Formats: sequence, structure tokens, C-alpha cells
Amino acid sequence: MDFLQPSTMAEALAAKAEHPGAVPIAGGTDVMVEMNFDKHRPPALLDVTRVSELTEWGMDDGRVRLGAGVSYTRIIDELGDRLPGLAMASRTVGSPQIRNRGTVGGNLGAASPAGDAHPALLAADAEIELQSTAGTRVVKAHEFYLGVKRNAARRDELITAIVLTPPSGPQQFCKIGTRNAMVISVAAFGLALHPDRRVVRTGIGSVAPTPRRAYAAEEFLAAELESAGLWESRAELPTALAREFGEKVKAAGAPIDDVRGTAAYRLHSLAVMARRAVTWAWTDYRTARGT
Amino acid sequence: MTTPTQATTPAAARTRTPIGAPGRLENDAKGGVGTSPQRPDGALKVTGEFAYSSDLWMDNMLWGVTLRSPHPFARIRAVDIAAALATPGVVAVLTAADVPGRNVFGLELSDQPVLADDVVRYQGEAVALVAADHPEIARQAAKKIRVDYQVWEPITDARAALGHPTWNRLHDHPAEDVELSRSAAAIHPKGNLVRHLKIRKGDPDEAADVVVRGEYSVGMQDQAFLGPESGLAVPDGEGGVDLYVATQWLHVDQRQICTALGLTPDQVRLTLAGVGGAFGGREDLSMHVHGCMLALHTGKPVKMVYNREESFFGHVHRHPAEMRYEHGATRDGTLVFVNCDIYFDGGAYASSTPAVVGNGGTMGIGPYVVPNVRIDAYGVYTNNPPCGAMRGFGSVQTAFAYEAQMDLLAAELGMDPIDLRVRNAMAEGSVTPHGQTIDSPAPVAELLQRLREMPLPAEPDGADIDLRSLPGGVANSTHGEGVKRGVGYAVTYKNVAFSEGFDDYSTARVQIEAHQGNPLVVVHTAAAEVGQGLVTIEQQICRTELGVENVIVHPKNTDVGSGGSTSASRQTYMTGGAVKLACEAVRDRILTLARDRTDAPLDDAALVDGNIVTPSGAVLMSIADAIGEAVIEETREHHHRPTEEIDPETGQGFAHVQYSFSAHRAVVDVDTELGLLKVVELACVQDVGKALNADAVVGQIQGGSAQGMGLAIMEEIVVKDGKIRNPSFTDYLIPTILDTPPMPIQVLEYADPHAPYGLRGVGEAPTISSGPAVAAAIRQATGLPLTRVPIRPEHITGT
Repeated sequence: MDFLQPSTMAEALAAKAEHPGAVPIAGGTDVMVEMNFDKHRPPALLDVTRVSELTEWGMDDGRVRLGAGVSYTRIIDELGDRLPGLAMASRTVGSPQIRNRGTVGGNLGAASPAGDAHPALLAADAEIELQSTAGTRVVKAHEFYLGVKRNAARRDELITAIVLTPPSGPQQFCKIGTRNAMVISVAAFGLALHPDRRVVRTGIGSVAPTPRRAYAAEEFLAAELESAGLWESRAELPTALAREFGEKVKAAGAPIDDVRGTAAYRLHSLAVMARRAVTWAWTDYRTARGT
Repeated sequence: MTTPTQATTPAAARTRTPIGAPGRLENDAKGGVGTSPQRPDGALKVTGEFAYSSDLWMDNMLWGVTLRSPHPFARIRAVDIAAALATPGVVAVLTAADVPGRNVFGLELSDQPVLADDVVRYQGEAVALVAADHPEIARQAAKKIRVDYQVWEPITDARAALGHPTWNRLHDHPAEDVELSRSAAAIHPKGNLVRHLKIRKGDPDEAADVVVRGEYSVGMQDQAFLGPESGLAVPDGEGGVDLYVATQWLHVDQRQICTALGLTPDQVRLTLAGVGGAFGGREDLSMHVHGCMLALHTGKPVKMVYNREESFFGHVHRHPAEMRYEHGATRDGTLVFVNCDIYFDGGAYASSTPAVVGNGGTMGIGPYVVPNVRIDAYGVYTNNPPCGAMRGFGSVQTAFAYEAQMDLLAAELGMDPIDLRVRNAMAEGSVTPHGQTIDSPAPVAELLQRLREMPLPAEPDGADIDLRSLPGGVANSTHGEGVKRGVGYAVTYKNVAFSEGFDDYSTARVQIEAHQGNPLVVVHTAAAEVGQGLVTIEQQICRTELGVENVIVHPKNTDVGSGGSTSASRQTYMTGGAVKLACEAVRDRILTLARDRTDAPLDDAALVDGNIVTPSGAVLMSIADAIGEAVIEETREHHHRPTEEIDPETGQGFAHVQYSFSAHRAVVDVDTELGLLKVVELACVQDVGKALNADAVVGQIQGGSAQGMGLAIMEEIVVKDGKIRNPSFTDYLIPTILDTPPMPIQVLEYADPHAPYGLRGVGEAPTISSGPAVAAAIRQATGLPLTRVPIRPEHITGT
């Protein structure tokens, strides 16, 4: 197995072009586990930890450009105000040691339906920046996940950054696991209210072959908020509305039974999480904490 | 100040000593029996310098790997090793035909092949071995071994394997037997029954005012030790072998290895390598014979280390159990009868199943006085993973059932569940269902009453939510919505040491000499230190009995007699007792030497603080002066009082050496909408007879409580069609620190007059009573029957 260690972005892209089968490795919290269990044996590993553009974040025209190799710990510590949903999701990743190593780029590369970052990225309308020697392109999060552990990156491309707009409204993230820390999600839900655009965004995880948005639920809630004038009035969110939103989120799931949970439980928990999350988010909006 | 050391002192003189072999443990901690000195290996472990068995190393060693069956039940038609053997770097490929002695091993019944030669009976059964000069080469070569299997349908249900399609419905009518559907249903030649234990006490037809019935099941728990199975076998060039291995009982390993290798005990020498946890999972052989076979075949040292996935197939697990209980009581809550049927799924090979059935059966109704008892406990062969020893050993499973029954009965009677338990509690002088009179303190009622008096944790006040205190934790699934609190109690008793007539003695060798004017003691036993702190206890006993400070713990090996198994909560009792006896013999010889140097009467003299002193404390001379140039060494065996086999028809007999007693109160917050849990507090009261090391006792209670709680709420090897679906720590979940609550603990010390220092074994009882208390709390919070553990979220939500 080859081990490639580029130190600049140009070298990294050249290496990826030359070795399209090379698997990029940053924290190794997923790649190394797969290799240690002998599940995956790539022809080459491409160590991206020496490429500084990948391991930093910065502001670009009012948006956050998050290097794909920034650790979850740094997102929690440095970006809790700018990316609250992603920071909440990051807190649920593994253990402190795993959060010190693991990256959103790794989550995107693996594209597991259970990746913790995905629902938050979907809810935040994140964009994924992909680079190759041929150039740079941007893919919207909801177009990035193509199938179980398949994503939109071409074999010659590296996932280089995630671009997110700081929120205009509250965000929430909830996850179900069968222990209270260090657990892979049985189901997860991300929610962002975007009062500037009067839209609602969601992301659901571990309940379908890919992370996905609950489109019908988003449109339903946005329309209800609009028609009742709730964006302006900031009145209480009707309980029945929260409940119906939960049911519509649930309807977007298509889970399976597996060793971590039953399909029925996953759907049930999705409805409960969505109902609770929208209630919390709306309370934040009413008290303007989330704006 | 001496730095703690783990010097690489040669343990086996005939071969070179590997890097990572254990050295003599010494430190400058002080303190005898009843204090809590630092453990001699503590600093090494905390700083990461302690060598575990997976750290063993020798130059030029080979790496061994195991090829395992992917099928739970199949005939092996042919094995083709040519391609594997032809792989560059591969030195040997061995199969059943290469086993030099008898191709069989087993703890209680020799029923398991070292390498499968005809039939594989579980997924993961060892079929072939590869040695290569690099572990990766060995692993890849093993994949090239072609095994032609004729795959059979596995038998995976314990009751079906016995042909018992129905539960015993009446008092003393045996379960209905039906013709097994086909001849292949016999997994072993003599059939699928490993053991049927019957207990018959009193009148099975006694009538009761109130009767409650319940069916319960317990999933398969794993020991989940952190140090994977590993060891290093070093050939001595003369046909023998030195094995460095992490294990629980060196001498029972040695016996089985000798049988399989066709060698004598002097040719097979074992040394305990650093053990990263055990909990019963290292009682059976893992890589022992395999490593020795490869070493003897190649003439080179061979190291084997399982990875985490292989570890799930490399050791036995806790028996899953299916149980049906029937409790009858008078209106005032006095138990009249208990009838129960208990099926332990032993998997493909017997391992400890007979003894697990013995414990599960004899203590199967809990620490209660009941005049009429019928118990049928079965241990069964299936094609599931083999099950054997795990902390609590047969008693963990039944406690979930009998304690749930006590709560059910209390509810039926409208009684407080503690009052019901206290009314029926055993005490000293009570007679067990197997007819043994409890002849030392049995403070069952006091444990419960003390728990009841302990203050309850504060209710959440709703302000300033800390997600970590809520079900789901930082996963942010509730801010208090749907959360209900429940409180549950459970009490248990558990035998200490081996039972039913087995003489599981321990041996200790104690040496003393004067070193630079100070007495220096070396204590040598073969009793396995697996993390529990026996090495500390050995030092403490020597310090107390010989009045010295400096005590070195010799590496544990087979150069000294058997220390018995590090299991059954027995080592402080048994090996501690042996160390005490050896110290007493050494003390006698010191006093004999002293008589040459003084005319003072020494019959009542004691050894204190390095001196020989009179009963009034006057110093007669120093121990070092008494010893002079002599080296005094004494070896003693410690045998507990004999027990009896129980009657095969009535189950009556003096079966157990000693009992330990513990009780728990669990407080659990349940998110009733999502089925997620937060154990808020787990309080324990346990009688330990005498706490030789109070900190270690509390540590055992904390660890045991967490392990029992784990089975109640998350720990399960999920097996479907004979195959393990979650062989990883990603999906086999054990409690993290955020799942483990504060544990108020009260330790009682009611001495057992039959035991050294009056002590009771500590390690297992808390593993037994904690889980049932947690389950009871969840039932109280939810109002659901929850008859299966681990309790999963969907059991609570009904989805």
C-alpha cells in the first residue's frame, strides 16, 4: 500500500489525479477502523493533514469556509456561534479523543447514512467544495449524498471545504443512541429555521440509505408559519403544528431494521425528535436568542 | 525512594526471556491487612509502562493467526492449505492432523477440538493455523486456505435443542419431550443436554393464596475485557515450550495444553503475562495450544494477538437464559412455594456450563426462605457461540427473574417490595433450597433496610438543564420532555470459591531474607492477577503476618503449585489464605532461629515493624538479626472446608463454601417517549466479612455494579441464526462514564468464622444485584413488565 504525504494543495490534487484510488485520510477515525477490521484495503492512502488550506477555517464574503480537515473539537470550540447546528452535532461525535481527530471532511468522504454531521449540513444548506487538478466545483449538501457510502466526489477530486452561511435563525440537532455518549446514531435530526428567507430546512440521518432532507415537512412548516403570520408575531407554536411537523419528518424516513435498532423505532424517534426540536427552536426564535 | 519496577527477571531459565515478560513487582507502599496501600503495578499501569500480553516481543519471532469457521454448523469435507503454505513469508500452516497429542480440550468436559477435524459447531471455531514472519502476511495467507464445508442448518434455540417445546406448567411434571426432528439435531454424540439440575424441597403441591407467574429472558453478555487474547510461545529446543499468556488459571491451562501437545507438565511451563481484564472470559483456552503448536513445529517463538473482532469469537460469553418462574405466597406475604425452569444456552461446547447450571439452580430463587421449591435448571448445547464463565456465573441470569417476581408478588399483594423481601429474607441459620444451612452471618434484611434509609438523589428542578444529566446526554434528545423517574431494589447472594465437592486449593511460597539489614520478603504464587489487585493483597498479608515492609511479588508462573482460578470471587479467600499459612510457617522458622540467639520466651512473640516483640510490645531483637545469613522459604497449600456433590434427584447437599450478599437501589430517569435512559444513582450495600483493602473492595463493587447495569440496559451480543451480528465495540456497547452514575456504597463487615480474616469474596455479588435493581426502576418508571434484558429503547416505546 502506498502512503502519499503531500504538503501543499497542489501536491495533494496532483497525487489524487495520479492515484484516483487513493483514500484521503485526515483523523483516520473511520478509515483506520475499516482497515483494521480488514473491510477495506485501498491501494494507497493520501494523508491530507499537512495541507494547511484543509485544516483551517475562515470567513469569505460573509460565509464560513470550513476546511475539510478541521477537527470536531475545533468546530465546537471556535464555531459554536457561527455554526450552532454543526457544533451541536459535533458534540455528539464519539469521544473527546475521536473529536480531536475526526473531521467533517471524513464524515463526507465516508458518506455513511449515520454520519453525525450530515443532518446539520443539510439543515444549514451547506455547500461542499470539491477540487481537482481540473478546477474547483461546489455541490449542495442535498445533492452530495448519492447512495449508501457513495458521494458526489469524482475519483480525482478531494473534498476540500464546506461552505456555510451563518444562521439567521435558530438551529437544533438531536440524535438517538442506545448509550449516552460514544455511540453511532440510531436516528438523527437536524433543523434550521431561516427567518431571513422564511424557509425551514431539515436533515435526517440513519433513517434512509443516505442522509436526506424531509422536504414535505419543510414546506409544510414554512407555509404554516407564513399563513399564520408567526414569523412576524413570534407567537407560540401550536402544539398540533409541532406534532404534525414531526409526523411529516417521519414520513421522509425509509429505514431498515438492524443491530442498532428497528425501522419502526427509528421512525417513531424521528417524529419525537422533530416535534421536540421545532418546539425548542421556536422558543429560541420567540426569545430572539436564535436570531 | 524506590521507583516501582517491573524488571525483566528471567522466569523460565531454559529459554531466553521475551521483552514484556513480567518482572518482580515491588514498590515502597506500606500497609498491611485492613489498609489500602497503592498497588505495586499501579504506577506502571497509570503511566502506560505496564507490559500487557500483547506487548510481548522476541527478535526473530513469528506471528500466528487462526482461520475460523464462517458457519455455525457444518461438516468439513476437505482443507487445502497448499496456496497458503506457498505464500512467501509463511513458515507453517497447521490443521487438526498436526495436533501432536489428543485433539481435545475443555474446562469441565473435554469436548472441544483444538482444531476442528470433522465438524464445526459454531461460527468462529478454529480450523487452521498460520505462522509467518509478519502478521499481515499470516492474515492474508490464512484467507488462501480453502475449506470445503457442507453447511448444515444450525440449532439455535436451547429449548428446541432439548426437544422441550413447552414450559413445565405444573408443579413437578417434567417438561414435555418430543422426538428431535432429525438425527443431526444432536450437536454432540451424547445429545444436547449438558446438565439437568433438579432441586426438590418440601411439597410441590402446597397451595398458596396468591400466585404470580412470569417468563424472563436474558441476552448474551460479553466480558468486554480491553486486552485481547494474546501470548508468546517459546520453544526450548528440547521438545518443550514456555508460554507467556494472559489467563485466569495457569495450572488448568497447563493440564489441557499437555493433553493436546502430548507433553508432560515439566515440558510445558507457563508464565502469566500482563492481563488486561478477564471477568471469566480467560478461563478457557484461547491461543494457548495454537501458539505452542506453531512454536514447536517451527522451532521459533510465536506470538499471537487477536484483534477486537476475533476476540468476540475467541472467548466464551455469558449464557443467555430463558426462565419461567411461579411464586406462591400467603396473603400476608410469606412465600409458600417457588417453581422454576431455567434454560442456559451453553452454545457449541460445554466450557463451564455444568457449574453455571449448578450455581444458577442452587441459588435460583434468591436469598429467601421458602419451604417448598422445585427447580429444573438445564444447560444445553446449541450452535450458538460457546458460553461459559462470566462474573456472577449463572446467578446473574436468575436474579433478573426472581427479583422481578418479588416485585410482581409485592404488587399483587399490595405490599412494599422491600417489606416483602425482608419478611422472607434469609438469615444465619436459614436453610437453602438445596438443604444447606447458612452457618455464618447472612444480613439480607439489614442490607435492604440500610438501602431504604439512604437518602434519595434530588429531583431535577427544571432550571439550567445540563444535557449530561438527562437520558440521551449531549445527543440533545430531551430537555426533560417525557422523562419519568423510577426507583428499584434488588438483593442477591452468591457462592464464593468452587462448589459441589471440588477441592480448588491455592498454593503460596513465601521467602524471607535479610537484605542490607532489613527483612525482605518475596511472595510467589501462580494465582492470576487480572487487574483485581491480588498482588496488593499478597503484599498486605505478608506485611501483617511477618511484620515487614518490603514485599516483592514474584512473577506468577507454574514453578510453584496451583493458585486455582482467578474466578468465583475466590482469590483473596483462597490464595490470600495460602499466603497467610506460608507466612505463619515462615514466622515459626524465624522464631526458631531467634531461639538460638535469645533465652527470652518466644512462644507468645509477634513480628511487628521489623522486630520480634513480646506481647507487651518490648523489642527482643530485629527480624534481620534473627535471620542472619539464612534464607527461609516455606510453601503451603490452602484448602477450604470440603463441600459435597448434590443429590442428582433432590438437589440436596452441602454444596457451597461460603456466600456473599449484596443489595442495590437504582434510581433511573426514563425518557418514556424515546425509551432512552439515565441511571441517576446506583446505591449498594454489601457484606464483605472483612475488607482487607477497603479501596479495592469499593472498586470491585463499583465495577461489578457497572457491569451488571450494562447487562440491564445495553450489553448484548446479538446472535441471529448462530452468527454474531455485532462483534465490535462500535455495536457491542458497554457503559461509558456518562452512563455510569454516582454509587453510594456501604460496606458491612460481619466476619465469616470459616474464612481467613473472616473475609467474604467481593467481586461477583454486586454484578448480580445491580442489573435487576436497574430493571426494576425502569419498570416502575414506565409501568411496563419488561421481562427481557437488556432493555432496549423499542421495548419501552413499543415500536
